[in-house]
Amino acid sequence: MLAELGLAALWLAAALAGLQLIAGALALVSFNKGVGDGGTLAGIVRPVAVVQGLLAACALIALMGLFAQTDLSVKLVVENSHSAKPMIYKLAGTWGNHEGSMLLWVTVMGLAGGFVALVERRLPEPTMLATLAGQAFVSLGFYGFLLIASNPFARMSPVPAEGQGLNPLLQDPGLAFHPPTLYLGYVGLSIAFSFAIGALVTREVGPAFARAMRPWVLGAWVFLTLGITAGSYWAYYDLGWGGWWFWDPVENASLMPWLAATALLHSCGVLAARNALRAWTIMLGVIAFSMSMIGTFLVRSGILTSVHAFAVDPRRGSFILMLLAINIGSALVLFALRAGTVTEGERFAVTSREGALVFNNVMLSSILGIVLIGTLYPLVTEAFGQKVSVGPPYFNPMASLFFVPMVLVLMVGPLLRWRRDKLIRVRSLLLPGLVIGLAAAGLALWLGVKGLPYIGLVLAPAIAVASLMPLKGRNLRRLPLPVAGMVIAHFGVAVALFGMACDSAFSTEKLIAAHVGEVVAVGPWHVTLAGVEPVAGANWTALEAQLRVRYQDGDVFAMTPQARSFWAPQQNTTVSALHTRWNGQLYTVLGEQADGGRWQLRLWWKPFVPMIWLGGALIGLGGALALLGRLLADLKRIVVRDKIAYRRMRQGR
Amino acid sequence: MTGPEANPAEPDLRVARWAMWLPLGLFLSFVLLVVGGLLRPADHDVPSRMIGQPLPQFALRAAVPDRPGLARADLATGKPHLLNIFASWCIPCAVESPQIDALAGQGAEIDGIAIRDHSDDLAAYLARNGNPYSRIGADDVSAVQLAIGSSGVPETFVIDGKGVIRYQHIGDIRAEEIPAILAKLREAS
Amino acid sequence: MTMIKAKHQRLVLILIALAALVGAVLLAAWALRNQASYFYLPSDMAAHPSSPDREVRLGGMVERGSMHNEADGVTVRFVVTDGKARVPVRFSGIRPALFVEGSGVVAEGKSSPDGTFLADNLLAKHDERYVPRELKDMTAQQARQAVAATK
Repeated sequence: MLAELGLAALWLAAALAGLQLIAGALALVSFNKGVGDGGTLAGIVRPVAVVQGLLAACALIALMGLFAQTDLSVKLVVENSHSAKPMIYKLAGTWGNHEGSMLLWVTVMGLAGGFVALVERRLPEPTMLATLAGQAFVSLGFYGFLLIASNPFARMSPVPAEGQGLNPLLQDPGLAFHPPTLYLGYVGLSIAFSFAIGALVTREVGPAFARAMRPWVLGAWVFLTLGITAGSYWAYYDLGWGGWWFWDPVENASLMPWLAATALLHSCGVLAARNALRAWTIMLGVIAFSMSMIGTFLVRSGILTSVHAFAVDPRRGSFILMLLAINIGSALVLFALRAGTVTEGERFAVTSREGALVFNNVMLSSILGIVLIGTLYPLVTEAFGQKVSVGPPYFNPMASLFFVPMVLVLMVGPLLRWRRDKLIRVRSLLLPGLVIGLAAAGLALWLGVKGLPYIGLVLAPAIAVASLMPLKGRNLRRLPLPVAGMVIAHFGVAVALFGMACDSAFSTEKLIAAHVGEVVAVGPWHVTLAGVEPVAGANWTALEAQLRVRYQDGDVFAMTPQARSFWAPQQNTTVSALHTRWNGQLYTVLGEQADGGRWQLRLWWKPFVPMIWLGGALIGLGGALALLGRLLADLKRIVVRDKIAYRRMRQGR
Repeated sequence: MTGPEANPAEPDLRVARWAMWLPLGLFLSFVLLVVGGLLRPADHDVPSRMIGQPLPQFALRAAVPDRPGLARADLATGKPHLLNIFASWCIPCAVESPQIDALAGQGAEIDGIAIRDHSDDLAAYLARNGNPYSRIGADDVSAVQLAIGSSGVPETFVIDGKGVIRYQHIGDIRAEEIPAILAKLREAS
Repeated sequence: MTMIKAKHQRLVLILIALAALVGAVLLAAWALRNQASYFYLPSDMAAHPSSPDREVRLGGMVERGSMHNEADGVTVRFVVTDGKARVPVRFSGIRPALFVEGSGVVAEGKSSPDGTFLADNLLAKHDERYVPRELKDMTAQQARQAVAATK
């Protein structure tokens, strides 16, 4: 029953999305002809958008209910759940699969669209209609995909005795919440995309448009930042290779939308404050959403091989590609036709806040290009019969080439005035950063660091100091939240960069076959192999190394890395053990038994490596603060507007 | 940053118009590239590398007291066999067991290899789910399993009368897949 | 600094964007020619040895009976073959669980002057479902030879 209800809600939602698109488009035409205000058709678009979102949410809740009861007459539940699973993983199983994740996507998109329809009153009505129609257009593709190609509510007969989804590897809090975090980011970008389409259709590209779009971009960006940070830590912890970023296609797929969203965020600020970079911001809005779809496509189609195991299905890949081609292709055609006629933005000098932000945008876009080209290059050569793989030797120097100038400008940009400024004016604010940078340069040289880590070690302290300079001379209590957010996020960049540079420059690694009782020195640590014991879990057995570790002359801690064998599906994994101190992390992995009763151990001492993720979290926090600040301001404005309307109404009476 | 004053709008507009179409062009080349990538044969239809290969030599001890063990010679008897890789700790194997029984009921000769199993657990499993196997070999270190190109449980192989692998079914056999397995078995004889 | 002329600002921005795009593409193309790690079968490696300062991938089957552990307990030597040529490989580290004699393997690393391939990383999947993408195109003939050679 619940399955039928869910399916009905989904069909209704799809029908309403169609209505939303048609009504919006027709109302827009009548607006353009100048006949009236679009009439009834314009009036229904907003309510339809709200109801569409609610119906999609009903469908998602129905599916979650089916998973919660483990209704084995539903195919999706059989394939992805099991009655013996803990409830939290049953619910997470709802979106842990392809169909469910698409439903989650379309639901969040519908709810977000409904929310926009309810509260957004800044934009001129035609732009709003075009935005909602655009959103309905994108949603319709997903509804079609769900209803035609991958119905999540499909029944199964005969009803099997038990579900198949007891894969222990997937019962991991990281896996349960990591994909939805990224998805929320993607959906935020889809709303930004709809705004861009709406503005392009009516040529109303201005500060109001940027202010309406900005919270969505900020929200999406915060989720993407947190998703990437968590994903990186998960790979670091889980793969047991000691690395935290592999430039793997799956990782690149999440990085590319982030890069585009970062650029969009900054150009959005210029458009909101200064009414410049108009066509440019539209273009970035389209690119950011394209990148999230391209990322989803690359991950789900299995067209590129990855170290991360992922359920792939080439047929679904072609469906996503079709959606991608329709959505992005039509947006780009619209852009090509319209962007030339969008009127010119305000002017600015090269040395100005705008100038610095343009530089930031160009550099970010270049990094995006570098990553995209590197990710797709194996496909290009394969078309010519040559097999290659592209890894860190390409990505690291190429990305740095654009990253370094970008962060140099980051040190100056926030200090500059809008429109035009002189570097001389801010020289006293730049001085501390320069001094610290030079000191770090000397220190790192003395420590014998070379190459990219050297650049990182010089830049990180300099950026850290420079990022705090916009606070100088301000009353910290009355600091606007968006400014605080910017400072924290920029400081987070410095923290993360410091962690990355320290990891490359100062990590020490020891690979050894040790006897029980042997003491191994790695960096400042002494690691004693006290023994290796067999242990067992629900569906795995493992060998567990008992390690006693001591930092210099400090206390002794126990660490227990494992080499695990799973039964079903049969699979061997290493479970690393980590010990975190304020100044770094000890990372231990147990290998196989070697000749002579020895055990293979791989040990790393990684100074300051947790700062990578701490920095990521700070960047996310900065974004969240900025978002909060913008939302509070919007709320205040809405309250004031309502008050004025109320007074007018009373006076009118 | 200053340009010629004479007629500045002309090249300005032309470059702008041209540049606006550039993103679309780049996007279309991306689509072409990945369509090419998708059309090339993908991983999922690569046939098993072991198909057409004779089984390697092996002799496994009996996994349970009431059935003999399994050696290569037992599978090259002139009659086609089904070789089922399973284990008592494997949940999909239990789900699959009615289908294995059904196959045995339709005259297929079925031998089993129990992976990393204990004799007691296995006996309990067979008592619960039925025992359609003629012989069950115990593969305690997955040696034979790895040698015949199986990575997990359950998997089922069709072996012809000469001991050559004819077909590999990965994962549990569903009820609707029984006719296909029987057809493969007939092909092998 | 002079203010950019209104009529030129858009042109200037477009030109900057184009320059950055073209620059990024050219740089990427140049870097990829040097940095992409190419995939070699043992017979390719025998015909055109890769240069020692270049990261490449070597894929094939681990020859049966070729695996030897060294005294330090963490280094292993083995031979990768495709049925036509044999390349000795040396690897220090924790081996992937599915890495056994007769399995398919992709070794990442560099050639050394004496012809041994020094691997930094091994990707091992014994099952044909997980054949490294690069090995997929070994023709059926090649695959049979490789399997026969590892018997």
